Order: sequence, then structure tokens, then C-alpha cells
Amino acid sequence: MTTTATPSKPWEKSNKDRVRDFSFFIFAIAFSYAVVGVTEMKGKLAYAFIFFVAYAVLVSVFGFITRGAPAAKDAFVKTLVAVGSVLTLIPIASIIFTVVRNGLPGLKLNIFTQDMSLAAPTDPLTNGGLLHAIIGTLTLVVLALVMSVPIGILTALYLTEVKGRFSGPIRFLVQAMSGVPSIVAGLFILSAVLYPITKNYSALMGAMALTILMIPTVARASEEVLLLIPDDLREAGTALGGTQWRTVAMIVIPAARSGLLTATILGIARIAGETAPLLLVSGGGDKINPNPFSGSVGSLPYYVWKSFNAGTAESLTRAWAGLLVLMILILIFFIAARALSTRKVSK
Amino acid sequence: MTTTLTPSPRTLSTEPRRSDKVFRGVVTGGGLSSLVILGLITAFLAYRGFEVLQKEGIGFITNSEWAITKDESGNIIESSFGLAAMLVGTILCSLVAVVIALPISVLSALYLNFYAPGWLKKFLVTVIDLMAAFPSLLFGVWGFLVLMPSVEYWARLLNRHLGFIPAFEVYPPYFTRSPFVAGVVLALMIIPIITSISREIFAQAPLDRIQAAYALGATRWAMIKAVVIPHGRSGVIGGAMLGLGRALGETVAVYTVLNIVFDINWQILLGAGGNVASLIILKFGEAGEYEVKALMAAGLVLFLLSLIVNAAANLIIRTTGKSGR
Repeated sequence: MTTTATPSKPWEKSNKDRVRDFSFFIFAIAFSYAVVGVTEMKGKLAYAFIFFVAYAVLVSVFGFITRGAPAAKDAFVKTLVAVGSVLTLIPIASIIFTVVRNGLPGLKLNIFTQDMSLAAPTDPLTNGGLLHAIIGTLTLVVLALVMSVPIGILTALYLTEVKGRFSGPIRFLVQAMSGVPSIVAGLFILSAVLYPITKNYSALMGAMALTILMIPTVARASEEVLLLIPDDLREAGTALGGTQWRTVAMIVIPAARSGLLTATILGIARIAGETAPLLLVSGGGDKINPNPFSGSVGSLPYYVWKSFNAGTAESLTRAWAGLLVLMILILIFFIAARALSTRKVSK
Repeated sequence: MTTTLTPSPRTLSTEPRRSDKVFRGVVTGGGLSSLVILGLITAFLAYRGFEVLQKEGIGFITNSEWAITKDESGNIIESSFGLAAMLVGTILCSLVAVVIALPISVLSALYLNFYAPGWLKKFLVTVIDLMAAFPSLLFGVWGFLVLMPSVEYWARLLNRHLGFIPAFEVYPPYFTRSPFVAGVVLALMIIPIITSISREIFAQAPLDRIQAAYALGATRWAMIKAVVIPHGRSGVIGGAMLGLGRALGETVAVYTVLNIVFDINWQILLGAGGNVASLIILKFGEAGEYEVKALMAAGLVLFLLSLIVNAAANLIIRTTGKSGR
């Protein structure tokens, strides 16, 4: 008679383990309720704190009894790192929840069809909207895109294809540039372009400041993508008699197309919500400005900023609605970048 | 009669074609743009701020008065510009932010790399990247309306129970809009940065040593202590400095939650702080021509400060990545 051994996975949790973990969990919750009820500590903070302490102590003591001191330490650290992740998640969840809850009441249809030229931030929500801000933000993004993407991709090409003498210093400078405070970018455009040359707020000024912030993001993401393109492709291009220019233009860049698009979208997500430089150089107008090269222009961050500073209940609802629209915009860019980056090298 | 034509040997050259020369020229030009832009920023801010810097001298960073007096026709009678209180405030807020963010980030990076199951890891990484893409204005408004009341309550708790520690002393007892509140908001903004850098550094920990530790019977924590932490220590410090650099230059989020006072204040829980970037936003609206020059000089100081911190951070991270130890 033959017997077939049933495969066993001794490292997996058995039902007994699951029941035990769950009972620890329940016990820690019960303990935190009891402590908060009996002593004078109160509030959500106390519940959470005592729950985690109780749970950590419980699992460490269990580990100590069953497997000794190292296991106790291991169990304690496991709780601790989980707490770290929970602490990271709480603010994100809270931000998304608050923005959606406070922004939805202000999300009326008319805010997408009107601008603020005939309305004050403190007016009821049925009057005025953020059409000018959406158009302004799109104008700023497109202008910044036109200026920063070529420079960013050229920088990445220099670092990966030409590999010239200055590769090291330039890689270093690009990283340093990604740390330029956004307000400094605004001040720079103010001092170098707005005061001496144009002497007028415009979308172009805002876009130039945003360009400075966008170049390093685009350059670094593009560099990563170009490094992923296998050298075989470059060698094949050269072997077919292509010059370096033809190889890069006809083979490398088409192969990296979707990755470069991801880099661009990441750059857009970086600048779409940027506020500080726009406060200095864009003027923040209240009506749709068809001329991007002259005259003050509104944008979503500026609109939120104005409404937030007006301080009444109506204007705060406006600010939240603006933030919700801004967040949705950034979310769309973010998801697009994610979806594209799953296939960094196109066929 | 037939003549044989002997073809002349073709010339081989490593000289690039003209198209390649143009290509290389254009790409090098694009590559040098970061150098040009950084140089121009320094040059223009220094040029605009020169007058103020020359007049104030070293006092620009050691005095803390920021005042300008004008007569009726708008001429400047007296002016005094000093950044000391703002610089102290900036550094204080950023340090609070790093002290709060660093442990949380390192713990979550450890969790992501060594504890979380695959699906959860993917989800958490996406969410944390999303948090890095949130605009600072969102943190500012949310911080002011939602977070600030809680943080003030925490500040009171800290003061009541740990007030004997010098860092938590508050006199007079005024907790609203303190550097601590700004520090907490900044901490939330730099957690994604420090977490993703720590995660990358931890992921580079040599696999053979990890396996060796497990083979010797180490628990997961023992393995982390013996292999991952020695490997990643300096990289994590670099990541923290990168976060510090980001926190130094943050503008809108700090401006909404910080009470700006032109006196040097070292008490983190007291509702009086300073911040160079917020000062620029605060004073820019009403500033005359001369005061704008002072703001440009302030911008230059902030720019150089964050540049130095960033450069140091990148150097540390890069040397860790290379040596693999």
C-alpha cells in the first residue's frame, strides 16, 4: 500500500495561532478601555497609546515564555515597526478624508463655469467659481512643460548617452537643484526677469519659476529610465551604421517613450500644487486671462490661498472645494504616471 | 587592353560627424543648464540684495530686528534688517520636524522592507509616494484647521508632564501657533522623503549576509540589528538631512501655522517663532523697493543654507550607495 504525503507548511500560521493573535488583540483593546475608564487619562490619544503598549507587552511576554528573550525582543520590534507605519498612514487618511468631506459641499456645478471677477471670496457659493483658476493652472503647467521637459531630458541624455566630462558635477548639481526652496525660485524670477524686463505679472513668469522646480524632477526620472534601456539597442544602432544622434533619436528615445512620459507627469504632479512662487510672480487675477504673456493670472493654489485667508465660513468652503479639485487633478496625474511606469520600456 | 581599377583605401576616422557634433553640443548645453540656473540664482539674489547686505554687514544674520520707518512722502528715514530670529526659528522648526519624522520613517521603512506582506507593501509604497506629491498648501490648510488644535493639546500635555526637561519649558504659557506645531506639520511633509530613501538604502543591504544571519538562527530583529542597521546607518542620516533641507525651505505650510515674532525664541512650545521663507511671504505684499532688496538678501541666505544641507546629504547618501557597507 502506498501513502501519499500531504504537503505541510510548518511556517504558515495555524488556526490556533490565528485565534491566539486575535485574542491578544481583543485583550489589548479591552485593557485600554479599562485603563481609560478607571484612571484619569482620557481621549483618543490615551486609547491608542495604551492599546499599543498593552499589545506590545502582551506579545513580548508571550514570546519570552515560549521562546525566550530574543523572541520577546523580536515580537516587541514587530509591534513597533507596525506602529510606525500606522503613524505614517493616519495623516494621509485624515487629509484625504477632511478634504473630501469639507470640499464636497462646495463642489457645485457653477464653480466650473464662472470666475471670480464679479464675486468676492466671502460671497455665497452660488456666485463665482474657479474656472479662471483651472484655466490658469493649466496654462502655467503647459508653459512650464514646454520649457522644462526639453531641458530635463537633455540633461538626462547628457548623463546617460554623452557621458561627458561634467557628468559627475552635473548629477550633483541636479540633485542640489531639487532642493531649491520654491520661494527662492519665485524670488529669482522676480529679481532676474520680472523687475528688470517685463515689469508685469504674467503666466509666463509663474511658469518660469515652476520650470526651475520641475527640471530636476524630470531630469532625475528620465535618467533612471534611460539607464534601463539595454546597451544592446545602442550597439545595434551603431552596428547598423547609425551615428550617435540617429541612434538616440530613432532607437533610444522611442524605446524609452513611456518612461519619459512618466517622468514628465511626475514633474507636473510636483508643480501643479506649488503655491509660494506663484504668490510672488503670478499676480493671482480673478478673471480669465487669455494672454499668458501679460497680465496677472489666477491658479488653483492662489485661489485656495485667497479664499483661505478671507476666513469666513463661505470662503473656507471655497478653499476646501479648490483643494479637492487640486487634489483630484494631482491624483489623476499620479495615477497616470503609475499606470505608465509599469511598462517603463515600451516594445 | 584592360586596366584594373584599384580602389583607394577608404579613410577611417573616429572624428564624429557634423550631426553628432551638433547633437553633443546641444545635449551638453542642456546638461549645463542646471549649473547656469543655480549660478544665476546666486548672482541675481546677491546683486539685488547687495545694498542691504553691505549696509547691515554681519548684523544681517546676528540682529533680529526687522523694521523700516518712512516719512510722509515715503522716503526711508531708518531701517534695520536682521534675520537672527528667523534663522533660529527656521532651524528650530526643521529640527523638531526631523526629530519627529526620523523614527517614524525608519520604522515604517523597516516594516515595508522586512515585515509587510507583498500586497500591503505595494499599497503602502503607493500611498506614501502619493503623500509626497501632496502640495504644501494642502498640508498648510489641513494643518491649520484640523491638526493644530490636537497638537496644541499635545504641547500642553508635554509641558505639564515633562516640563522639567528644559526643551519643554514654556514661559509665558502661550501655546498657539508655536514652532512645535509647525514642526509637526513639516514632519508629516518630510516623512515620505525619509521613508523612501531609508527603504532604498535598506533594500540594498547585502542579501548573503541577511541569509547568513537567518541561517545562524537569528530572529528578524537580530538580523536587522546585525546586518541592516550597520549597512544603512549613514544612508539614513543622509535621508534625514535631505528631509531637513526640504523642511528649511518650506513656505506656505509653515506660514499658515506659525506665529512670526521678531525675537529670538528657543522654546519650542511657546507660540512665537520665526521662519525665513514665511518672512518673505509675510513682508512681500507691503514691501517697498528697499525692503524687497532685504527680502532678496534673505532669500539668498535661505538658498545657500538649503544648498549646503542638500549637498551634504547627497554626498552622504552617494558614498553609502557606492561602498555597499
